[in-house]
Amino acid sequence: MKDLDEKKIRKRKKEQKLNREEKSNREDKKMRKADNLEEGKEKKKRSTNREIIMTTYIFIGLFVGLIAYFSYFLIVESSDVINNTYNKRQDLLATRVVRGKILSNNYEVLAETKENEDGSSKRIYPYKDLFAHIVGRNSNGKTGIESLENFKLLTSNINPISKVMNELAGEKSIGDNIVTTLDLNLQKVAYNALGNHKGAVVVMDPSTGKILAMVSKPDYDPNTISVNWNTLVEDSENDSALINRATQGLYPPGSIFKIITTLEYLRENPKNYLKYRYNCVGKDNFNGMEINCYNSERHGEEDLLSSFANSCNTSYATIGNKLNLSKYRRLCEQFLFNSSLPTKLEYRKSSFVLDEDSSVQEVAQTAIGQGKTQISPFHAALIVSAIANSGTLMQPYVVDHIENYNGDMVKKYLPSTYDSLISANEAKVITRFMKEVVNSGTAEALKNNKYSVAGKTGSADHNSNLPAHAWFVGFASKGKKKVAVSVIVESVGTGSTYAVPIAKKLFDNYFD
Amino acid sequence: MENLIVELSKYIIIILVTIYTLYCFTAFRGNDKKRKNRVFRAQSLIMYFIHFICYMLIFMDSNNIKVLILYLVEVVFFIGAHLLYRVIYRNLSRLVFNNMLMLLMFSFVMLTRLSFDQAVKQFTYAAVSMGICLFIPMIIDRFRFLDKFGWIYGGTGLLLLVIVKKFGTMNYGATNWIKIGSIAIQPSEFVKILFVFAIAALLSKSIEFKDIIKVTILAAAHVLVLVLERDLGGALIFFVTYLVMLFVATANPFYFIGGLLSGSFASVVAYRLFNHVRVRVMAWKNPWKLIDNQGYQVTQSLFAIGTGGWFGMGLGRGLPGDIPVVESDFIFSAISEELGGITALCIILICISCYIMFVNIAMKIKKRFYKYVALGLGTIYVFQVFLTIGGVTKFIPSTGVTLPLISAGGSSILSTIIIFGIIQGLYVHNQNEDVKNVRD
Repeated sequence: MKDLDEKKIRKRKKEQKLNREEKSNREDKKMRKADNLEEGKEKKKRSTNREIIMTTYIFIGLFVGLIAYFSYFLIVESSDVINNTYNKRQDLLATRVVRGKILSNNYEVLAETKENEDGSSKRIYPYKDLFAHIVGRNSNGKTGIESLENFKLLTSNINPISKVMNELAGEKSIGDNIVTTLDLNLQKVAYNALGNHKGAVVVMDPSTGKILAMVSKPDYDPNTISVNWNTLVEDSENDSALINRATQGLYPPGSIFKIITTLEYLRENPKNYLKYRYNCVGKDNFNGMEINCYNSERHGEEDLLSSFANSCNTSYATIGNKLNLSKYRRLCEQFLFNSSLPTKLEYRKSSFVLDEDSSVQEVAQTAIGQGKTQISPFHAALIVSAIANSGTLMQPYVVDHIENYNGDMVKKYLPSTYDSLISANEAKVITRFMKEVVNSGTAEALKNNKYSVAGKTGSADHNSNLPAHAWFVGFASKGKKKVAVSVIVESVGTGSTYAVPIAKKLFDNYFD
Repeated sequence: MENLIVELSKYIIIILVTIYTLYCFTAFRGNDKKRKNRVFRAQSLIMYFIHFICYMLIFMDSNNIKVLILYLVEVVFFIGAHLLYRVIYRNLSRLVFNNMLMLLMFSFVMLTRLSFDQAVKQFTYAAVSMGICLFIPMIIDRFRFLDKFGWIYGGTGLLLLVIVKKFGTMNYGATNWIKIGSIAIQPSEFVKILFVFAIAALLSKSIEFKDIIKVTILAAAHVLVLVLERDLGGALIFFVTYLVMLFVATANPFYFIGGLLSGSFASVVAYRLFNHVRVRVMAWKNPWKLIDNQGYQVTQSLFAIGTGGWFGMGLGRGLPGDIPVVESDFIFSAISEELGGITALCIILICISCYIMFVNIAMKIKKRFYKYVALGLGTIYVFQVFLTIGGVTKFIPSTGVTLPLISAGGSSILSTIIIFGIIQGLYVHNQNEDVKNVRD
């Protein structure tokens, strides 16, 4: 009885199972039928795997791209990325690498690190204040080349085996050296020539973009920065010694801006600029505002060239009001006003604010470099460099190459073109104008028979109780050798008296 | 002395991970079963060895006895997992299993280094998840009608997403969390699995045009809700997974191309429509400009990866704590910074190895429904890995998804372990069926 029951149950179970299988068989058939309808053949299973393989390839492809990008990032991009002041990890590297040296173009040491026996280290600047701003400092907030090349200085390109050995031994590897384009002699000349005045000097090679010297005064000694930090920050004498005036100081351009006003006038009157005439009586009225020439001097009957050479304010204020203001602004922006400068040094943007709605008075002021226009000495150096280089601005740079401590080349920086700011012909014409300034105008002191100079002086009013800022921008050439300078001396008087002599010392030294 | 140990172990870890990764791609060379077993055993040993070295370093830095205890508990867990899984998932894919434990090991190590509390939580979640997954093979064996409930899976998933949209809380810009008591759950992590089951069930039943339209509407509804929740990464994962499954089921390239085109079109519309999409694209195009705001995360991540370089700073020697949400979305950057770019690349390759095995399993499975499930889950996994690593390395805009098995997060780890468990379960099930067929 019991057995029978069990048999029955077993049988029923079997039946159920059969039923189930049959059902699933039927369903499979149904499915296959659907497949047949779709594909016409019964190759479905194999072809499904084919599609799976295709999608797999797509995903693998995505990952190949990802891995390639990741490797590219680590090999190429990462060194620039890490060298960002926001990256706090740089300090970690300093515990493993002896910071490299910063050298002049002749391998004079501008900054080096001395390791003490107790493991501490000190950054030493042999020339003290001389390179305070451009080489910068390594503590109290890095600046200058110390900041720009921080990561490179903390990278050691010695052979990997000794690097690993050093790491294992817990010894620091020696970091790479930065060889700059800075010229010790030019820097000294510029530094001494500025004397006790506040101001800045920039010297560049216009055909390569190399920055040869950059001085800003007042300065400080980066060797003792930590000790003097509070005094420098409090700045009770209002010196702003920590600021690099060459790139971060914004000044009214004064008459050096007449270079740009002239260029715009040349552009708008390419054929008949030679016919321009103006009778200067020492002052003129612009919609109720009087503009004077320097010392109210009467320049008399002038053409464009003599207006430029004499730096005649009334003539230029008149010219300004003849210009198409939106084109004027466009030219200024081509000259990098209101925009970024091609440098990684810390700088402030120059500004030019005229537009079509500006008043006659404002235009008159702006055309002679007063008004609201502001420019940094470095930017002015870029403008004259471009003029000196047939209108083409070379990418300015201050690091010539990087080498490891054995002197093996790690990376060489080559001159490269930044942009063509004006045409070669425009550069030629404005150069002739600038040469006239030296031949018969406000920079006659630069006339000599050793090299030829083209330039423009400026005396920028900024405070009615103080003398003007003295400007000189220009370049000198001898054969193929060229050098561009930008000089500003704060609150002393005319460019002719204070800035031109500094330029002369620089040119003399350069062509010596 | 300590320096020597840290530096030496840095290179040892790199060498070990590299060997492990090479094994991933050479294990199946030839058909020598003995060799295969040797390789898998070697992989296991490497995992234990790296685990040991890393915890030794962390302990040296912290001198915290709790770290030692956690280490020992983890070792017990790994051994237990090895024993239990070999019994319950008989004939499982040992490569996938090794990879899973390896990735978990990296997760435990990095989290212990970053935040001990997070590490304890993560370990607990992982252990519980592994426990839950012990039932998966049984479920697959018992419940043979899982493919009958396509619309139920789909409806449930969609309902869950809508509930989150209504009652969820905002976290890092996306409303994809829901709080039950003190536990925050990210339901979309589980809806992913339901979604794959739904699509697999429906597409394995019929691929007639009108049915495909219905399924597509279901999938589109999922994606739409996720977009509204601002969970862009989630939306993308669902979209791509559906596209892949549809293409494989229908073998019709027009669906695929059409899907890609409409996807691109939708991206453009989203870019125009939503500010948060534009912000993410901007932060991707030039994070340096936005370094103080939207670009902060990714630039910090790039600093970490870049400074670490190929060999890394050494465990405990970097500054991964500077990266926001480093424990979850940005854990890859922390690994790359401290254990090095080579290790990071190896982790990518280990993830790829998992994916290739998943695809391999999907191709072997005969039953259509299971095949699609395996494929869909594999796709979810690999695409999520791609989104997160691509995002933190700035290869693609950041979408805010976690790195499966490694990132901290209970929902993420549970759902990923379930995904691994299901695929392993299907693999085992399929082999058993084969054996049965042969016997019959």
